[in-house]
Formats: sequence, C-alpha cells, structure tokens
Amino acid sequence: MTGLSAIELEDVVKEYLSHGEVVQAVKGVTLDIAEGEFFSLLGPSGCGKTTTMRMVAGFEQPTKGLVRLHGQDVTNVPPNKRDINMVFQSYALFPHMSVWDNVAFGLKQKKTPADEIRRRVGEMLEIVDLTGREKRRPREMSGGQQQRVALARALVNRPRALLLDEPLGALDLKLRQAMQIELKRIQREVGITFVYVTHDQSEALTMSDRIAVMNDGLVEQLAGPREIYERPASAFVAGFIGTSNLLTGTAAGGVLKVGGGRVLVPGHDGEVTVTVRPEKITIGTEEPAPERSGVRGTVAEVVYLGTYNSYAVNLADGADGADGTVITVFQQNAHDATATAERGDSVWLSWQTQHSYVIGSS
Amino acid sequence: MRTRGRLGDRLLHAYTWLIIIWLSSPIAVMILFGFNDKQSKSNTTWQGFTLRWYAELFDVSDLTVALRNSLVIALVSTVITVVIGTMLGLALGRHRFRGSGATNFLVFAAISTPELVMGASLLSLFVSGNVPRDANTIIIAHVLFSLSFVVVTVRARVVGLDPSLEEAARDLGATAWGTFRQVTLPSIMPGVLAGAMLSFALSIDDYVVTSFVNGSTVTFPLWIVGAVKTGIPPQVNVMGTLIFGIGVLIAVANAVAARRRA
Repeated sequence: MTGLSAIELEDVVKEYLSHGEVVQAVKGVTLDIAEGEFFSLLGPSGCGKTTTMRMVAGFEQPTKGLVRLHGQDVTNVPPNKRDINMVFQSYALFPHMSVWDNVAFGLKQKKTPADEIRRRVGEMLEIVDLTGREKRRPREMSGGQQQRVALARALVNRPRALLLDEPLGALDLKLRQAMQIELKRIQREVGITFVYVTHDQSEALTMSDRIAVMNDGLVEQLAGPREIYERPASAFVAGFIGTSNLLTGTAAGGVLKVGGGRVLVPGHDGEVTVTVRPEKITIGTEEPAPERSGVRGTVAEVVYLGTYNSYAVNLADGADGADGTVITVFQQNAHDATATAERGDSVWLSWQTQHSYVIGSS
Repeated sequence: MRTRGRLGDRLLHAYTWLIIIWLSSPIAVMILFGFNDKQSKSNTTWQGFTLRWYAELFDVSDLTVALRNSLVIALVSTVITVVIGTMLGLALGRHRFRGSGATNFLVFAAISTPELVMGASLLSLFVSGNVPRDANTIIIAHVLFSLSFVVVTVRARVVGLDPSLEEAARDLGATAWGTFRQVTLPSIMPGVLAGAMLSFALSIDDYVVTSFVNGSTVTFPLWIVGAVKTGIPPQVNVMGTLIFGIGVLIAVANAVAARRRA
C-alpha cells in the first residue's frame, strides 16, 4: 500500500424507482480505497454491495454523491472511459470468440499495435496458466478455466483497479479455495487494487486487507479481517461474520448476571450486548475461577464435525426457569480429547474477559 | 403385451411414412414434371424424360421477368425488414418503455391478421392516398407482413442474451457502436438470419397480398396463377425445383453449422 487513494466514494446514494416507489439501494456510502489494496465489500444479498461496485464501474449513476478514481471525479464518465476493469459474476465471456480474442478485446478497442497485443495477451495467459488453450471457445472450458479467462481479459488492460463481483460464486468448494489463493497471488504479482464483492465471509476474511461490511445500503463496519472478527461493531456484523453468541442484559458494576453465572464487562453499566465467539468458550463441570466469565446451562445438542465438536447449551436464564439463550460452543478434537459433555449434562461455560466484546447498548 | 407393443410400433411406422409421402408428393410431382418431355399444351401426363426445360429455362420471357421481379422484391424487402425488425426486436427484448406493450400487441396482430384483410386494406390505403401501385407498393406490403416474424425471432434471442456481455464490452473500452457490432450483433445473429430467411420465403411466394397492390407489376406467383388457364409451362416446374433446392441447401448448411457450433 502506498497510501494513495485509488477509489473514493463520497456520500454516495443510489435510488431506484420500483413500482412507483423510491427505493434506496445505497443510502450514503463513503469509502476510501488505497492503491494496491485488496478491499472487500461484504454483505448479504440486497445490501447494496453490487450496486456500489456498479457505480464504481460506471454502469450505474449515483443519485447523489461523488465517485473519484485516483483523485479524478468520474461520477459522469461512461464505463468505457474509466481506467478500471471488472470481472463479472457470470464471467460474461464473449461466447462467439476464442479465448485469445476474448483476452485481446480490450487492447483492440484501444487500437494497441498488433505485436504488442500478441505479447501482452500471451504473457497474461501464462500468468493465469492457460497457455495452449488460446483457440478454445469459452463453453468448451471448465468453470475454473472460464474464471481465469475472465480475470486475464480484465488484467491484460493493466487497469488502475480491478472490480470482482462474486467471481468464485459458481465454483465448487475445493476450486473456490484454490482460486482464493490464486487470486491473492495474482494480486500481489500485478500490484493492482482489487475491489472484491462477496457474501461469503470466509472468502473476505481470507483474502482482504480491509473489509467493508454492508447492510441495508450502509457500511456497518470498515476494518481489517481480524478486527471485524474479534471486535464486531454491531450485532449485525457479529452475526454475519462467523458464528457468534449474543448475551443481552443489564450490567451493574461491570458485571452482567446471566444464567446462574456472570459475564465480566469492566467499565460498562446498564443495558449491554456482549458477543463471545464459540471457539473462545471452554466447557466444563467445575465453576470457573472468578477472573473468568462463567455461565451455567444444560447441553441440548452435541454435533461431531470432524475437526471439532459443536455444542448447543441452553442457559437457565429464561423467565420462570424456562429455556433461555442458546450458546454455541466449538471444542477442538485434540488427540487426547474425549467428549467432555453429553446431551443433558449440566455444565459451566467459561471464557477470558478479553473475549467478551461489548457492542454497545441495544 | 409385447406383441401389441410391436404392432403399435409398426402402425406408428407406417403412419409416419404415410405422412411423409403425403407431405412430399406435391414437391416430387413438381420436380418430376420439370423433366417431362411433353408435346401437348398441358403438362399433366408423363411423356418421357428430357432436360430441354432446363436448357430453355429463360425462354418464356414474361415468366423470366416475373421471376426477376420476385427475386428483387424479396431481396429488397428482406433487407429493409431485417434492419427495422432487428432494431424493434432489440428494443422490445431489452427495454420496457412507454408503448412497448402496444408495440408487442401490434407485432402479434400483424401475424394473426388474415392476408386477405391486409391486402384489401393496403389497397384502399394506397388508392385513397393516391399512391401508384408498382414494385414499390409490393415491397412496402411485404415488409409489413414479414416484419413481425423478424421481430419475434430477434426478440427471443435478445431475451436470452446475458446483459452483462454488453456491459463487459463497455467495461473493456468499447464504444456503444463498437459493442453492438462486436458483441450484440454476433450474439443475436442466429435470430437475425432465421428472421431473414423467413422473410425471404414469405415474400417470394406471396400471392394474396401482392395481388391487391401490384398494379401492373407481375411477380412469379402472380404469373403462375395467371397461366393456369392456358397451361403452365414446364419452366415453372424447373424454377420451382431450383428455388426448392436452394432452400434445402440453406437448411442443410444451417444444420451442419449448428452441429459444428454445439
């Protein structure tokens, strides 16, 4: 990262007219994406992430706000005059052209000399490992190969930034994981800003330098993967990224009483929501030491998941002793581990205070 | 069970062949009588094999003029129809706009209108507008009734077209015209070609509408109908055979191309 801005969005709003009603798809997004950064827009479908990207590409015009590329206002510049390229979710490879002609398309539009086109297309096909398949038609190739053609077709133009719209969505899990690593390698190799749109949180966590988590047309949190996971800014982020346990109640003197136990929230008083990640929780039969947070409950479900067990524990915090909050706990299947709890067992759940993260009064 | 199934199969087989024979016998008769060494005026009884009519193909001069008129009219009206029809099909397949519903309805209405009605109303339109009837009015009429077929085939193709293809072209730096020429048109080409062939075929053998608006211009079908009373010369069979042969060649070429594409 050089610290220079590649893409800036300034309070961008996008409104649609749908059945006579104005719908806000994007409700005021401000972003500053640095040069060379791998930046992800993460969120559920309908959160406005694709619309935001399409405004950067120039396929949509913002209703309000500004889009800048490398400091230049491009809000009203058509897509063919923007120095960025996009990899489409459907790949959008031209079906009537060979792989070679697909990749050479952008250079031909710019009237690049033929020998330079030959050299650059050849180099790019080498980078994406498709040398020898120049004459193939897109439909004669596998999903992963088509994906790499789409990537080559965009990158061969040496754009200042590359936009990727859920490019791995159509691939199976194994291939997706391989392509994640591949994408990251290519990004390092070409040193171009990548803006990556996805609804897959693990994909975003794996590849990104920074992630903007979007919900309902707004950015809920903008931070690095670790911070987003460890310190979610809202209940939405906590719930969307991985599995998360939410405990709500009234804290007094830095202690929140739940389910026959207590959660230590130093410095907080009144209504609070606390999140704890399932893998931070230890399951046991003994009451934990006082410096740890601990709650009591009954094991409702044990699921064996290979590398770990997942427990669902009912806390005895419901009104009149009814079942209350369900806490999910992951426990690693270490080589000496035996099942520490069975269905119906009464257990203590405990964790270190640093793993309780208060996301504010709800 | 098994024998009944076999009997059913045989019946279906026989029935299928009957249909095929029934459909192709007029064509077979047409081709055959193009080789008939006829001596009398009428060409209805077989009198021996000859290639004379192929050698004397253009000897009936007003028939030759009629065929040339038909070919020119079919070609010109097809070009006009394909250009307008492709634009209409693109607009209707891609966008919803004020009047798109009405346009869609009109396209369908033009297909379902009886030719007799279309011919008669066109004639009264031309007469009341004081437009002289000639090859031009025939071309206008042919564009009118074949336009809908081009619109329908192109629209079907456009609806199935991934809109991100055109966005990708724009994204890669192509202008609006460059995108149309390099991406949109090649993608919808099968629809455009199918529409063009339909349009040509409809034009070259149209009798009903043409007979209302032709003025003194005679086309191939009009000439044949006129010659029925005096006896149709074998040259008509030969021309029909050639037109049919070209049609078959195009169909075969299309099938081969489709197989190669698949």
